[in-house]
Amino acid sequence: MARKVPEVNAGSMADIAFLLLIFFLVTTTMDVDTGIIRQLPPPLEDPEQEPPKVKERNIMNILINSSDRLLVNNERGDISTLREEVKDFMAIHPEGEMRTEEHPYPEVEEAEIEVDGAPMMIKKSKGVISLKNDRGTSYEMYIAVQNELTAAFHELRDRLSQELFGRKYNDLVLEDRKKAIENAIPLRISEAEPVNIGGN
Amino acid sequence: MSRFKKHSKKGTPGISTSSLPDIIFMLLFFFMVTTTMREATLKVRVTAPQATEVQKLEKKSLVSYIYIGPPMQKKLGTDARIQLADQFAEVNEVKEFILKEREAKNEVDRKFMITSLKVDKTTRMGIVTDVKQELREIGAFKINYSSRKVRSMEFN
Repeated sequence: MARKVPEVNAGSMADIAFLLLIFFLVTTTMDVDTGIIRQLPPPLEDPEQEPPKVKERNIMNILINSSDRLLVNNERGDISTLREEVKDFMAIHPEGEMRTEEHPYPEVEEAEIEVDGAPMMIKKSKGVISLKNDRGTSYEMYIAVQNELTAAFHELRDRLSQELFGRKYNDLVLEDRKKAIENAIPLRISEAEPVNIGGN
Repeated sequence: MSRFKKHSKKGTPGISTSSLPDIIFMLLFFFMVTTTMREATLKVRVTAPQATEVQKLEKKSLVSYIYIGPPMQKKLGTDARIQLADQFAEVNEVKEFILKEREAKNEVDRKFMITSLKVDKTTRMGIVTDVKQELREIGAFKINYSSRKVRSMEFN
């Protein structure tokens, strides 16, 4: 007669599982990293080389000094109005309209962009945002400015997307449509080579 | 009558614990799937700045972290320091760190790598700019300024 195999006692299984559980609770985190994603420009190959010239009317200069004050187009600016200013600057305006008494809006070009498989002429601003900061600028202010710039571009993209496809940019599903919007309104933020501007 | 009284003589039956391991295992698997390993023990204090236009970083395995902030230990001063992996580092060590990270990754994945800068909001831009210059020189162009999502910004 075959001997009966004694059953393995599973009573401590719960304890073992508990130990594993607590180990994982302690060593892991649940938070997802979020942030503002940016693409850095490639380094200048030749330091003597002049950067490509951009017409002055196409540039919006934003300076942040070491005490976190803003200078927007040579006038004192404020972070709470920056978004509207950038939107106004980058939006498409008819030729001849003036931004201030002396300064016209940036140039507008017609670009052929493929929308849903068919080429379409879309007006595209030649404007560039130039951002300069001091070594003494606080990171919080820098991020606040970057955030406002991103928000301005985002709102412009939303507007165009609403016009072309009837829905917001973030709600677009097709990659091609996203590409088209990105082509029409590229994130043109240029960060100057680091220099010390005024007072550390 | 005696038929109904029979039950009360027995004590309350013990709760079966045989399914307890299964329940715990289920919890365990839940946590194993939803969480990720802690990347490093922080030696610098990082309070991320707030922003509204944040994006989520997908593919955690392709992210390298650079921490910048004042040291946790008070005796090390209040000047912002850089932390790479588990230790303090100088600006010139950033290149080597990123190159090593790149080396460890699959060749196909390398161009999708992204460097996340976890910087304390009180830090001055000088040190951040230096790190960005280093990253540019070795071609780690994609960066993320780590920040917390808020509904709307408050300016003071």
